[in-house]
Amino acid sequence: MSQPRDTQQPLSHTWRRMSQTATSGAGYFSSERAWRAISLLGLVLLSAPSAFAHPLKGEATGFLTGFRHPLSGLDHVLAMVAVGLWGAQLGSPAIWLLPVAFPMVMAVGGMLGLMGIPLPGIEYGIALSAILLGAAVMFEVRPPLGVAAALVGFFAIFHGHAHGAELPPGQSAMLYSIGFVIATGCLHAVGIGVGTVHRWPWGRRFLRAAGALVSMGGLFFMWKAVA
Amino acid sequence: MRSAYTSRLPLYAFIAFALAMCAVPAEAHLNATGMGPIYDGLMHFLMSPEDFVPVLALALLAGLRGAAYGRRALFVLPAAWLLGGLTGLSAVAAIPHPFAAAAWFLLLGGLLAADAKLSLRITTAIAALLGLYHGYLNGTGMGRSATAAVALLGLVFAVFVLVALAAAFVVRLHANWARIAVRVAGSWIAASGLLMLGWAMRMKS
Repeated sequence: MSQPRDTQQPLSHTWRRMSQTATSGAGYFSSERAWRAISLLGLVLLSAPSAFAHPLKGEATGFLTGFRHPLSGLDHVLAMVAVGLWGAQLGSPAIWLLPVAFPMVMAVGGMLGLMGIPLPGIEYGIALSAILLGAAVMFEVRPPLGVAAALVGFFAIFHGHAHGAELPPGQSAMLYSIGFVIATGCLHAVGIGVGTVHRWPWGRRFLRAAGALVSMGGLFFMWKAVA
Repeated sequence: MRSAYTSRLPLYAFIAFALAMCAVPAEAHLNATGMGPIYDGLMHFLMSPEDFVPVLALALLAGLRGAAYGRRALFVLPAAWLLGGLTGLSAVAAIPHPFAAAAWFLLLGGLLAADAKLSLRITTAIAALLGLYHGYLNGTGMGRSATAAVALLGLVFAVFVLVALAAAFVVRLHANWARIAVRVAGSWIAASGLLMLGWAMRMKS
């Protein structure tokens, strides 16, 4: 006795049977792939988003310029990732306090740079930040929380000043600032993410090696600043 | 025997594809649809970080403090925004002060980062002030066109939705790390405010 072929069969079964029918030439299309592609294309076309053809002038570029700025220099990247690594090594509450302190104080430095207040030895300060923060990770230095925050904050002023002094003309100040701070926070988050390997013995060795690498990078930038 | 559903699905796909190919005018400016001003106001809010970010910060702050704070912000902020906007519609145009925008970022971002234990009354006052100030600026900026009030409604609706979503999201967070992440977002807003203050001072000098 044959089974009735009704619509109560599972959808996957129906799909497979349709595919077989289409492939054999009995359906509306000669191949399974063709009508699948057309269905997909139709779906994509029907879910088209708005065009936003008239963005406000300078808005998007302001955010992207600000976002790219901390990522544009390896010396900044090394120091900001090292802050996250060190925070992860020190554990709570340093794991969130240091990445909060850095952008806040960096913004003060950025404000000084924007106002045109000079700060001596910026390049040295930035290079020294990578050397010392990398060394702190390498030797697993565990100072009191206030000392760690003060050290991170001190170096953040140099990074902020360097960014603030390089103001691109004609862009949205607000979106530039937001992009700039978000990128800094993301670099800290990368450091924290990598730093979570600290819970394993091999991870601790890996972190110390990463700290050494950051320090070596800092030495290179110091050599470049002095030369 | 093949079921009707099985045999007709490719046909439906083909019809959908053919319909999608028959593109009609985009009506991108929505002048003809009658929904234009509503969406203008809604999109203006969503694309104006000087409006959007303080509202987000207040909603997150209210959410951190609890459901009662969230509910208060949810109704006070849009109401004050609407009141300020309606007042601004009949007032002379006002230029937003760059220091004020930075101050709102600093204040609300700082309070959020510090997880400030504000009373319900102070939270209400901050929400009312924020709504009145930004609503007034929006109102004066919209001019005296016939559709300005409708655009204002769209804007207030967007404020309501943002506060509802953000505050409700945070109220449900109980894990310590999640609440800290919200506070970190507050520190980013405050840091952006500091940078904006620098920009404002530079523009002034």
